[in-house]
Amino acid sequence: MHSSLIAWILRAVPFGTIIMYGALGEILTEKSGNLNLGVPGIMYLGGFAGFASAYYYETLSASPNAFVCIVVALVCAVLASMAGGLIYSFLTITLRANQNVTGLALTTFGMGVANFFGVFILNGSSYAAAPLANKAFAAQMPVLSKLGDAGKILFSYGFLAYAALLLAVVLHWFFTRTRVGLNLRAVGENPATADAAGINVTLYKYAATCVGAAICGLGGLYYVLDYNQGIWATTDQIEALGWLAVALVIFTTWKPLNAIWGAYLFGMLYWLYQFLPSLLGITVSSAMTDLIQMLPYVVTIGVLIVVSLRKKKENQPPAHLGLAYFREER
Amino acid sequence: MSSTQTVREPLVRIVKREGATLPKKILVRAVAILLALVVDAMFIYFVTGLNPLAVYGVMWGGTFANPTRFSWMLRDLVTLLCVGIGLAPAFKMRFWNCGGEGQILIGGLATALVMVYLGSSLPAPLLFLCMAGASLAAGALWGVIPAWFKSRWNTNETLFTLMMNYVATSIVACMTNIMRGSASSLGTLNKATKAGWFPVFMGQRYNINIIVVVVLTFAMYAYLKYSKQGYEISVVGESENTARYAGINVRRVMVRTMLISGAICGLCGFLIVAGRDQTISTTSAGGRGFTAIIVAWLAKFNTFTMALIAFLLVFLERGASEIASAYSLNQYAADIITGVILFFILGSEFFINYRVVPRGMHKEER
Repeated sequence: MHSSLIAWILRAVPFGTIIMYGALGEILTEKSGNLNLGVPGIMYLGGFAGFASAYYYETLSASPNAFVCIVVALVCAVLASMAGGLIYSFLTITLRANQNVTGLALTTFGMGVANFFGVFILNGSSYAAAPLANKAFAAQMPVLSKLGDAGKILFSYGFLAYAALLLAVVLHWFFTRTRVGLNLRAVGENPATADAAGINVTLYKYAATCVGAAICGLGGLYYVLDYNQGIWATTDQIEALGWLAVALVIFTTWKPLNAIWGAYLFGMLYWLYQFLPSLLGITVSSAMTDLIQMLPYVVTIGVLIVVSLRKKKENQPPAHLGLAYFREER
Repeated sequence: MSSTQTVREPLVRIVKREGATLPKKILVRAVAILLALVVDAMFIYFVTGLNPLAVYGVMWGGTFANPTRFSWMLRDLVTLLCVGIGLAPAFKMRFWNCGGEGQILIGGLATALVMVYLGSSLPAPLLFLCMAGASLAAGALWGVIPAWFKSRWNTNETLFTLMMNYVATSIVACMTNIMRGSASSLGTLNKATKAGWFPVFMGQRYNINIIVVVVLTFAMYAYLKYSKQGYEISVVGESENTARYAGINVRRVMVRTMLISGAICGLCGFLIVAGRDQTISTTSAGGRGFTAIIVAWLAKFNTFTMALIAFLLVFLERGASEIASAYSLNQYAADIITGVILFFILGSEFFINYRVVPRGMHKEER
């Protein structure tokens, strides 16, 4: 029982990290008033660009270097996901297209791009691997991860898992303690007032959406190169993860620090079906296992309802979320 | 701010345009689609080196090469259109029903359960009635739960419905797992008796699906445009406060509309299971719940325009799978091509709703 509890945590934390990136990026985006439902698509773009660049660097370079591999993968993932964010921004901010529909189209597009080009890399086989990149991204801390169970639970993840924690703290500080963060929140709450106060609404919205997309893309990168052991295969999995990240944003009530424990909780719930039987020492039929898998979603629904019931001001979404801003419209 | 700047007129100004004429609307959209096809052609050429015109020719064949292809296209068209018809009233009410996927699945599951467990004991007409009733009820239930919470406590419906999709997926996975017993997959339901299968009607396997959806298309058009309830939906969609002021019971309209919306999506599950696949799986909905949102939105909830847009999307999808087999590419090309076309159509709305006035060109109009 003890060992399966540890195994459970070791599964849940990396899973949580993926959706934490997605949720943090989406929180940043939504703070500017843009509800980007293209998160799954952007995670596909980031994950695939990161994998493809690492894969080609590994196979084409004579003596591939782990550090260069990390940089190449990160840069490509960020650029690709920002490109996705830019498409969304241009359509919704400049051309004022409907945000939900544009987001859904972006999800279709991102999934198509990743899986279409992925097939060229797969070249007939069912999966392709980037072992060096996986080793670089999943490298554990040398000494600390060997320190018994505590060391295992705390220190046996790739560096991106810790970067996600840092990012959550930085975002919290950014939103609550900086002028730019305050301005951004003003844009999301009431763009007309922000505009009157001399804040460049368009610029803030573009920047928040594109940087937010880049963060979401890192989630995709982490999924492919660390969580999935550096293996690319045509998959629907990332889409489900993307929606879960969108759900996590609500769960956190738009607060980056909540994303930390929320993400890990989602991870635990997601993997519950595999560890519940051994934890309780019972056997569960495979049909019941299918049913247990709905738990993270049911919990999210529960949170949605509770948040709407309590109606606390600080738990509400940005007031102008999902609406386009046109200065001359009154 | 120490330096004084002379305020310069911006390079372009954007002015709201009221009521563009119909030919103009059609022109803008046609140009958008044309531009999207050019971008897609460039994409095809640079990535694969194939002649884009030849590729588009093959795509055309995906729908029009022979009667079988055409009937497949019609089958897919009506399936997508049916979901779109279901979503239209919800979206017209500005209720973001992203749960079409789950409502289809649960409706399909209800159909499948009736087929399996009552298939041998009920006479055919009664069986079909039960299947349809079960699917309508299941879909309606799936739609009404988020609506009830939204109407009462303003619970965010976009995410609620989205989560309901996954709950439905889990339940379908669980039930198919039970129904298949020890077999490795569920396979075709009632294979021997064909109980609950739509019969071949007027020589075509999918005719019943098509007839049902055509009837729905007319009925929903009339419901939204000419009925009192349809009017209430559009008032609530424009402004809840106005609706309240006018004495419309917003809560009731919301719950009632989602009941209808969910029920039609559930019915689509019935059409898929009984008239198309004769089986159920977690992928039975196949993303249609999301694609249909785009269909309904772009058509501004006019069911006939929806048929046109659904045709465009299904044409692209079938065409892309044709390309995939002809040039040994893969069917994901369809997602890219569709995505680009959607981006252009969405972007083109801007030029219908707004005018761009270059610097120095504006005249005082009012």
